[in-house]
Amino acid sequence: MEMKERLKIPRQPMPEQDPQVRKRNFDEVPLGYTPETAKTEALRCIQCKKPECVEGCPVEVDIPGFIALVAEGKFIEAAKKIKTTNALPAVCGRVCPQEVQCEVKCVRGKKSEPVAIGRLERFVADYERAAGEVSIPKIEKKTGKRIAVVGSGPAGLTVAGDLVQLGHDVTIFEALHAPGGVLVYGIPEFRLPKTIVAAEVDYLKKLGVKIETSNVIGKVATVDELFAEGFDAVFLGTGAGLPSFMNIPGENLNGVYSANEYLTRSNLMKAYKFPEYDTPIVRGKNVAVIGGGNVAMDSARTAMRLGADHVYLVYRRSRQEMPARIEEIHHAEEEGIELHLLTNPIRYIGNDKGWVTGIECLQMELGEPDESGRRRPVPIKGSEFIKEVDTVVVAIGAGSNPLVQSTTPGLKTNKWNYIVADEETGQTSREGVFAGGDIVTGSATVILAMGAGRKAARAIHSYVMSK
Amino acid sequence: MSSKILEKQQLSENVFKLVLDAPKIAKKRKAGQFVVLRIHEEGERIPLTIADADPVKGTVTIIFQVVGKSTAHLSELSKGDILLDLVGPLGQPTHVEKIGTVACVGGGVGVAPVFPITQAMKNAGNYIISIIGARNKDLIIMEDEMKSVSDEIIVTTDDGSYGYHGFVSQALEEKYLLTGTKKIDLVVAIGPVPMMRALCDVTKKYNVPTVVSLNSIMVDATGMCGACRVTVGGKTRFVCVDGPEFDGHQVDFKELIDRQRIYLNDEKQCYDHYCSCKQQGKGA
Repeated sequence: MEMKERLKIPRQPMPEQDPQVRKRNFDEVPLGYTPETAKTEALRCIQCKKPECVEGCPVEVDIPGFIALVAEGKFIEAAKKIKTTNALPAVCGRVCPQEVQCEVKCVRGKKSEPVAIGRLERFVADYERAAGEVSIPKIEKKTGKRIAVVGSGPAGLTVAGDLVQLGHDVTIFEALHAPGGVLVYGIPEFRLPKTIVAAEVDYLKKLGVKIETSNVIGKVATVDELFAEGFDAVFLGTGAGLPSFMNIPGENLNGVYSANEYLTRSNLMKAYKFPEYDTPIVRGKNVAVIGGGNVAMDSARTAMRLGADHVYLVYRRSRQEMPARIEEIHHAEEEGIELHLLTNPIRYIGNDKGWVTGIECLQMELGEPDESGRRRPVPIKGSEFIKEVDTVVVAIGAGSNPLVQSTTPGLKTNKWNYIVADEETGQTSREGVFAGGDIVTGSATVILAMGAGRKAARAIHSYVMSK
Repeated sequence: MSSKILEKQQLSENVFKLVLDAPKIAKKRKAGQFVVLRIHEEGERIPLTIADADPVKGTVTIIFQVVGKSTAHLSELSKGDILLDLVGPLGQPTHVEKIGTVACVGGGVGVAPVFPITQAMKNAGNYIISIIGARNKDLIIMEDEMKSVSDEIIVTTDDGSYGYHGFVSQALEEKYLLTGTKKIDLVVAIGPVPMMRALCDVTKKYNVPTVVSLNSIMVDATGMCGACRVTVGGKTRFVCVDGPEFDGHQVDFKELIDRQRIYLNDEKQCYDHYCSCKQQGKGA
């Protein structure tokens, strides 16, 4: 096809479940491209000589390379191409914020809309999985080096995948009973089906990665004991797994959840299938979700799917400052989530049985910018009001879980108890100990954790090979 | 990791003991710590205190009471069956040191978690007064085990069918605190929340430091979710990582009781569903 014609092709939309239907089920919201739409969309890529999109990708996927293969209908080859630098394409195609990474750099976006890189990545990964033709890349000769990876979230899975391909003997230790970290306990089924996570983890197992679930490092074994057992290096990718609360009155009332608990019950424990699954969850009719990030959106949309009449998203700043992806806010609003912006909870009200019955809020207005560069919300005097709710989900962020840090002498942490690690190598203050992902940066994204994992894997490789 | 049931024993009408194959946990666990287990794929994560462990044989012992679907299911498993997941040891170990005379108080199935603490306190050189109680004689568990690690022991029953007629808190007050025959330096108490609350009310009166071990509702049990939060001395603490033991005089028991009732209706629904499935011979 002529370049002129290719430039005329509009960005191909991805079909989605109707909002009125999907707000009551846990099935995935976007339905994915067909081979035809994928090929059409791929033709929109003009194959830049110096592709800026690749620079925007934390794991440097060869974006024009795989898209050219899609345009030719070589979908399996396209999947292989991505997998040389990204072990989790089906996950990344779904949860990466492409609009601020690869797609924002796409030159097509200057005059029209950027190429739908995320949708194409998702398509080829799904195509490969459905075809059952999951390819195993070449594994280097065994090095005899043993690497322990603590945590099986995005950072840990990336480190494990990279190092096993280099010929190392890799064991992942996961505290929960299922591998995947935030991909299984945090991100809901309707955004990232758990069968997809399982398939990506299974792929790593096929590469030779060993996964020990239900092993809490810091409890059943310390980092030093891992070295004593014969591991040559340890990677810490334990994530930001400590819920934050606001410390306002009534926060321990029944019906008030941390987002971590609410989502873990629903996602990991499958409480949305209660009583088929044994773990229960409060199915509120009037639910308030506190926060404005992706986790708040996930919580709000989960509450709606659990049968709420009203879900109020309470956020203290304005829409512009919301950290959630625009697409997630859009999806939430389509599903009937009611946004209460510039609103801040000051206390929860309960009944004599200890159940939450209401939330008292203050209206805010935007003042001068704060240290984050965003305009600081300032309370409006006398603006207090009470909203009746029976469930609250506090989604205002997460801190670092101290289990590993507190049992690893000499491991340097910062004032928030995150592990201090070199940005380029993941090297910590302890020899042979590397770290990456949320446990270093604080809550961030899946792909940034994967990027940190990629860098740490390189550094671990050179460390163990030079020993 | 999964774990095989090596031994099973019924201790009373609704209380069972399982010895599990868990070499890594057996090696590391200390008195006061707990495990979380999951029976099968649809199962919930159940926290249970480690009642005993044998690092040589590589086993841990758990003792539980049938209170709902999951524990009913657990009680129906047999020697040789496999638990899908077992994780531990979790929580902070008991602070064990020689302080003098320690009263170890267990109510109902709470005697099981009191036992390893009593054992550790005894080994540290303390004089041990044990008080164990239950509603009636048939529900008293581990009397011989407790005797073997105690210098004095009182058994109480609510109905007077065995030993002292009354509650453990009454026995402690009447026999020791009131008479002052023996100065008690520390009380460790585990049992139903109302029992621990009543006991703390008594020991507070006499200014005797009291440690309680709490069994809040948990999910991950590694500090990640906050389901188990409890107010201690006006501050929110997580039972799974900060506890399970706390200063009993600082615990907000009213809040704890309320929080333990969050899923009461769901648990009943789940249990009824399980029982009716069993009656129809379908399994569940």
